Amino acid sequence: MTKFIDLTLNGISTGAIYAAVALALVLIWRSTRIVNFAQGAMLMITTFIASAVINSSGSYVLGFVVALASGLVLGAIVERVAVRPVENAPPLNAVIMTLGLYTLLVAVAGMIWGNTPRSFPAAFSLRGYRVGATNLLFTPNDTFTVLVVIAVAVALAVLFRGTSLGLRMRAAAFAPEVARLLGVRVGRMLTVGWALAAACGAMAGVLVAPSVFLGPNSFDPILIIGFVAAVLGGLDSPPGAVIGGVVLGLALSYVSGYEGSALVPLAALVILVIVLMIRPTGLFSATKERRV
Amino acid sequence: MLTLEELTTDYGPIRAVDRVTLEVPEGTVTAVLGANGAGKTSLLRTVCGLVRPTSGHVRMEGEDITRWAVEEIVRFGIAHVPEGRGVITELTVQENLRLGGLWRGRDAMPIREVYELFPRLEERASQPASRLSGGERQMLSIGRALMGRPRALLLDEPSLGLAPVLVAQIMSMVRRLADTLGLAVLLVEQNARSALSIANRGVVLSLGRVVAERDPQQLVADDRLLHAYLGF
Repeated sequence: MTKFIDLTLNGISTGAIYAAVALALVLIWRSTRIVNFAQGAMLMITTFIASAVINSSGSYVLGFVVALASGLVLGAIVERVAVRPVENAPPLNAVIMTLGLYTLLVAVAGMIWGNTPRSFPAAFSLRGYRVGATNLLFTPNDTFTVLVVIAVAVALAVLFRGTSLGLRMRAAAFAPEVARLLGVRVGRMLTVGWALAAACGAMAGVLVAPSVFLGPNSFDPILIIGFVAAVLGGLDSPPGAVIGGVVLGLALSYVSGYEGSALVPLAALVILVIVLMIRPTGLFSATKERRV
Repeated sequence: MLTLEELTTDYGPIRAVDRVTLEVPEGTVTAVLGANGAGKTSLLRTVCGLVRPTSGHVRMEGEDITRWAVEEIVRFGIAHVPEGRGVITELTVQENLRLGGLWRGRDAMPIREVYELFPRLEERASQPASRLSGGERQMLSIGRALMGRPRALLLDEPSLGLAPVLVAQIMSMVRRLADTLGLAVLLVEQNARSALSIANRGVVLSLGRVVAERDPQQLVADDRLLHAYLGF
């Protein structure tokens, strides 16, 4: 029973991180219909920047804030420079562009910071809460992770549902041409969408870095699982991404605990295949068509 | 108010709009008639910037807006109600309306006034636009365009797919809007008789060219012309 509780708690905290990565992918898919394969590399860069700031200033909070800010900037730059030219091109062009960007960023990170993974500080203690005589597999840092992801998910929901910027962004995502006819500067909305997504990814990077270490390729597995979570949630639904992330976190935690951690990647792909077979539009998607 | 000068648009080798010159004064309705493929929709899409003209000019109150971006043309006061209505079905009725006035900020038309024009929309305010009937979508689309307090209105086939009673309602609404708000309306229609019934000026388009421009009464009476270019 303790094991089940442990695995559940652990699933929730890792699920929160998958949810953040899935949110980043979903925000970009919604606004530009591009699956951003460079997401993992982008959040790797911002986490390296956070690491440099934390090491030189000694302040975790400052590092966290800088990671989010650099995510916003990096996302906006990528949209303006790399995405804009392929926006109206065939979808395959965008796929190749994000793959190319991935390669480029990984190489650049290796040149600057080296290829040996390094440790990354956690915000809070990594020692599990003590209940009676046992230590739970859930730490103060996990609490922090879950709360931060919940806060960001709520903030995004408020942004999209409750503000006029959110309304413009949704209009630009659903019907770009009609949005332009209503005076919405669609290009600007896409830039904002990419910036928000990259900031969301940057947050996931800082949260997960203490457990995966920080190197140019450290975040690739997280990205794959985040992608599965996004597809599970329907690829264009932010609430779906969060639920998909948590469900997947729990499922993989049970697989890892009861069957062995070697099976985790396999389980993730099996879940992906099953979802695509039974409900190809994902569990929460409103739309029917899908490409790529 | 809205002036087209020798406006020409090509899709590759195909000339969709051929040297069209038109003037739509304030508070008037100009009906552009023509069969399928006559270039009516292309004409409107060129005016609002969705399609780039090969040559010619679009002027609004003297300002040459020919090569402006769509959203800047809209922000200059030209609202386009696209064919098939263009309501965003994923958003609610109220969100669709709000969206139309966002760029105007505080000067947008109060949503109340749109509800007074179209009471049906108020009843359905919080429903997704996908639940609306064809007539309601047309009302939403026109109401949404009004939210930004435009000075010119481009209407693309508002009667498409509507029952005759609704067509008459929409047409008289368009007339009223031109009269009360002083809008310059460019109305593209296949339904010639209902469009001419409210128009100040009738223009017949064929293969992208203006083949007739007259008073509506004269056009309605000219059976030979209507038969030749509109097929009835």
